[in-house]
Parts: sequence; structure tokens; C-alpha cells
Amino acid sequence: MTTIADSQVELAAPTGREEAWRFTPLRQLRGIHEQLNDPSQISIDVDAASGVSFTWADTATQAPTSGPTDWASSIARAATTRTAVVTIARDVEVDSPTVLAVTGGGIENPQVGHIVINAEPFSKATIVIDHGGSSTYSENVDINVGDGAQVTVLMVQTWSDDTVHLSRQHAVVGRDATFRSFVASFGGQVVRIVPTVEYTAPGGSAELLGAFFADAGQHLEHRSLVDHSVPHCRSNVMYKGALKGDPEAGAAGVAHTVWVGDVIIRAAAIGTETYEVNRNLVLTDAARADSVPNLEIETGEIAGAGHASATGRFDDEQLFYLQSRGIPADVATRLVVRGFFADVINRLNVPDWQLRLANIIDAELGLEGIEEGSDDE
Amino acid sequence: MSVLEIRDLHVSVDAEGGAREILRGVDLTVKSGETHAIMGPNGSGKSTLAYSIAGHPKYTITSGTVTLDGEDVLAMTVDERARAGMFLAMQYPVEVPGVSVSNFLRTSVTAIRGEAPKLRTWVKEMKGAMDALSMDPAFAERNVNEGFSGGEKKRHEILQMELLQPKIAILDETDSGLDVDALKVVSEGVNRVAASGEVGVLLITHYTRILRYIRPDFVHVFVDGRIVAEGGAELADELEAHGYDQYVKAAASA
Ligand SMILES: Nc1ncnc2c1ncn2[C@@H]1O[C@H](COP(=O)(O)OP(=O)(O)O)[C@@H](O)[C@H]1O
Ligand SMILES: [Mg+2]
Repeated sequence: MTTIADSQVELAAPTGREEAWRFTPLRQLRGIHEQLNDPSQISIDVDAASGVSFTWADTATQAPTSGPTDWASSIARAATTRTAVVTIARDVEVDSPTVLAVTGGGIENPQVGHIVINAEPFSKATIVIDHGGSSTYSENVDINVGDGAQVTVLMVQTWSDDTVHLSRQHAVVGRDATFRSFVASFGGQVVRIVPTVEYTAPGGSAELLGAFFADAGQHLEHRSLVDHSVPHCRSNVMYKGALKGDPEAGAAGVAHTVWVGDVIIRAAAIGTETYEVNRNLVLTDAARADSVPNLEIETGEIAGAGHASATGRFDDEQLFYLQSRGIPADVATRLVVRGFFADVINRLNVPDWQLRLANIIDAELGLEGIEEGSDDE
Repeated sequence: MSVLEIRDLHVSVDAEGGAREILRGVDLTVKSGETHAIMGPNGSGKSTLAYSIAGHPKYTITSGTVTLDGEDVLAMTVDERARAGMFLAMQYPVEVPGVSVSNFLRTSVTAIRGEAPKLRTWVKEMKGAMDALSMDPAFAERNVNEGFSGGEKKRHEILQMELLQPKIAILDETDSGLDVDALKVVSEGVNRVAASGEVGVLLITHYTRILRYIRPDFVHVFVDGRIVAEGGAELADELEAHGYDQYVKAAASA
């Protein structure tokens, strides 16, 4: 039997007929899904919080990738020569985020990057991978969450309009460990991010969160995979997206988002508890949101499994209600959209970055800095 | 002193097979300090009247005028109408996920008053208003109308009316779905606002029940998109005794 996970190990370049690539506009990828010609190493500037150590390492010395890999991530890994290694030592708890600023070096010559996050047992930290600029970029991120460790990894994409970004992010979650991934995609022409999780021992918990906002001409794709192969682990996937195309601009004006949420519960994974949800808010015509929850269950002894997916238009009744209380249309729109994203953003639990994401969403709406009047004394 | 004047208002909606006229010439004047009851059978167009005055985009005004102190209400956007002093307590208040009651109320009060209330006095003001309507303070942290019971939704509407202090308040079937206790609490809220003498109240209802707690100065019988009879509070007693039948029959044969 072919499982979801097996289907994500690729031995040849995708053609577009594969399940995993059927939504992706391959022609816009500038070839980085097939081969990488003389790529350069992407620029990463690290601001490590005290208690977190950072080094550059020779990629060849790093452990081979575990978990599912696609062709694009395999060739990117093979072409990467230096790895950014972030380590949180055993028992060390760090509150303030460590920020890796990944800056594109232009779209002409492809770039590659590899980031490793090692959270040793019982450590606690937040790592932000903040992507910006113009790039044609293929990326691998490997996260090891040691036993009892608690790690949050926030990936933010505020790329320029011309960027192509392929990224595979794999987390290995230890005994009683807690992993939280938050993927926030706003910029870029094509962004395709594949966050995957496996567990090594019982008691692990993973939360895969995401917020995205696509406007005219953008393709933002997120494909999560949670592979439950050991007993008594939990996973919770929540992705929320907004789409704002340009109905006047024909095919070039379409905003396209894709969410595919794969969860596999293997025969050994008794006592698994999993839930996944994707909600999309369509703000205009010229928008296409593909949403595919996919649950494969090989054991009857689970604690719970469910999924939900819904795509709905912006509700004019909400706008009318708020306006009928004197709230101007732009402020009301912002309230509704912020409200839509509120539950997922509140789960991030990193206040400075929650505020930043809210502000980015306001900017995507074209409604940053408008009078709100709820400023305090 | 404010005056809402509705003159020969005709309103239609888009329906299958084209526009359908719902309001067929409504005339009504409401002044501050007055309480008017509009009573009529289901489907007679009462909500259409309320929504049209508030500016709901579903309804098309085909002719007639609505003015507030001489200003053309129909030329205003929905939020401008509210800032001019109009308020509509809705029959079916709308859920706004992810927006807390306290954030909503403060944003709304800020828009209506033109400046943000000072945080400390605001919290006191909101708590006081909620207390007067027997609302649990935890209510402020819930999302607007999400998971509210029918009674909670109506109290929340009256809470907004008390905080926003409109010139003209239209209450669309605020009494429907309320048990007696909730009906009393809500009626007291309306009476508090009316007692100021600075608000004109237009109470839309299907039943006479709420009129035991709120005494109208004028009663208008609404049938088939227009007012067919008018009188004082005694007209409500007559409707209580005899129902709408004679008016519906008269309208049908007209
Ligand atoms: N959007 C609409 N499309 C078609 N008919 C409508 C629409 N809205 C209201 N109506 C009709 O208009 C009439 C009046 O409705 P409404 O104003 O809600 O009455 P009431 O509030 O008195 O019960 C009803 O017959 C109703 O079916
Ligand atoms: Mg009605």
C-alpha cells in the first residue's frame, strides 16, 4: 500500500502530474524543482538570544535529512555547502526569540540554504526565520526537538513580488516534547512550503499553524504532513488564509492558495489525538483556494481524529452590522479580517511577532495606520 | 430636539423574476421624547422599513425621502447614518468571529463620539451599562454575538443603544424570543433611554406583550408595506383583543 508519506519521497524531478505537485505552477519555478545550476548560498544574519548558540557548519558534516523529501529539497540539500546551526543546550530556557534573517540575493542565480535547529532535552526557545527580499530560493530546515523540549519555529515570508521559494521543514519530536510551527506567508510570486513532523517516542505534541494572505498573481502553497508512528502523541494543524485577487487583471490577477493537510496514523500509533482545520476568507473575485484535508488511519485505537475545511466569502452582513454602529467601512473590514485570523495568531504566543503579523495583514489589506481610536491614554 | 421624517417611502428587493416592491408608501414622523410602536403581521415589511432606514444594501429605495433634522439620510453611507444619530437594534444580530464585545463596543463608541474614550472611565462606563442589563462582565471578552443565546443577543443590542446614545432608535422585534425576565430587563433599558426625553424610539413588534412594559405614545398598524391605521396606546389594546385580521382583510380588498 502506498502511504501519504511514501508518496513524498521522490526519485526524479516532478513533471506536474504527481499528486504533490499538481497545484504548483512549475513553469514559474525557474527550474529549481528540476536542477540547480551553480547556485549560491543564501545570506542569513543571525541575532541569537542569550542562551542560544549559533555556528556555521559544513553541510556535509550534518546528519542526513530524515522524514519525507521531495526532489527539489534533495537537490537543494546536495548543493548546500554551509549550514546555519542553532543550538539550545540541555535545560536552557530562553524567552526572547532568536531571529534568522534570510535575505534574497536576486532572482537570476538560484540560492540554497540549510538551517538546523537543535533543541536539546528540556530546553525551551523560540526561533524566527524571517524571509525577505528578491530570490529564487530552495531551502531545507531540520528541527530536532529533544525529549521534554519546547520549541516554537516561526517562518515569515515577506518576500518581494518576484520571489520563488521552495521550502521543506521537518521536525523530529522527542518524548513528551512540544513543537509549534507557525508559517506566515505574505510575499513572493510562488511560495511552496512543506512542514512535516515525525515523533520518536510517546507523549510528543505538535502544533502546525499558519496564516497566509495572497493577492493578485501570487501562488502560496502549504502542505503539512504529520506522521504518527508511535503511540500517544498529539497533533493540531490550523491554517488560515485570505485571498484578494484583482478581478480586472485577467489570469494574472488571480490569487491562488493551496493547503493540503496530510495526517497519517500508523498501526502502532494507538492513542493518537489529531485535528486539522483550514479556513479561507475570499475577499474578492479572482481568487482560488484549494483546500485538501487528508487523514489516513491504520489503527482503530485512537483518542480522536478530525478535520475541517471551509472557504467562504467576506461576509457583507458583518460589514453592515459594524458600519451600522458608526464604524467606517475600512476600519470595519480590518476588524473582520483581524478577527478571522485572531484564533490562529493568538496561538503563536510570541507577542511582538503576533503584533507584527497583524500589522502585515493590515498592510496587505491596504489598511495600515488608519484611525482606529482604540489607542490607550 | 430631533425629528426623523419618512415620506412616501417605496422600497423593493431583488427577487426571482425581478424587483419586488415591499414598502408601498410609508409616511411617519418620529420626534425625540416620543415612543412609537409599529405593529403588524409577519411579512408585512417591518424589518424592510428598519433596514432601509439603516441603509442595508439589499434594499433599493425607489422613491420617497428620509430625513433626520432636515438632513438627507438616504444620501449617507451606513456608518454616516449611525454617526448622524440613527440606531437599529436588529432582529437578527450578526456574529463577528474573533472580535471581542469590548473591542467592538469601544471601536463603535469611538466612531460615534469622534474620539476614543479614556480607558479608565470607559471600563467603568461599560461595566455599569452591562450591570444595568444584568449582563455578566465575562460577556465583554466573548466574540460579538458568537454563541449568544437569543436573550443575550437582544441585551447586547440594548447595551449598544445605551452606550451610543442615538437621537432615533429603531428596535426591530427586540422582544421576540425573550422570556419574561429578559423582556423586563430589556424594557427597562429602553425606558431608561426614553426617559431622557432626548431619544425618539420606534418600536417594531409583532406582539403586544412588550407594550405592557413600554408604553407607546403612538401606535401604527403596518400591513402589506404601509401604515393602515394609527392611534394611541389604546390601539394596541384593541389589537391585543382582535388581532390583525380586520386590517389584513381591508388591505387585501383595497
Ligand atoms: N431579499 C429578499 N428577497 C425577496 N423577498 C424578501 C427579501 N427580504 C424580504 N423579503 C420579503 O419581504 C416581505 C417583508 O419582509 P420583512 O420586512 O422581513 O417583514 P416583517 O419584518 O414584517 O416580518 C416578506 O414577504 C419577505 O419574504
Ligand atoms: Mg421582521
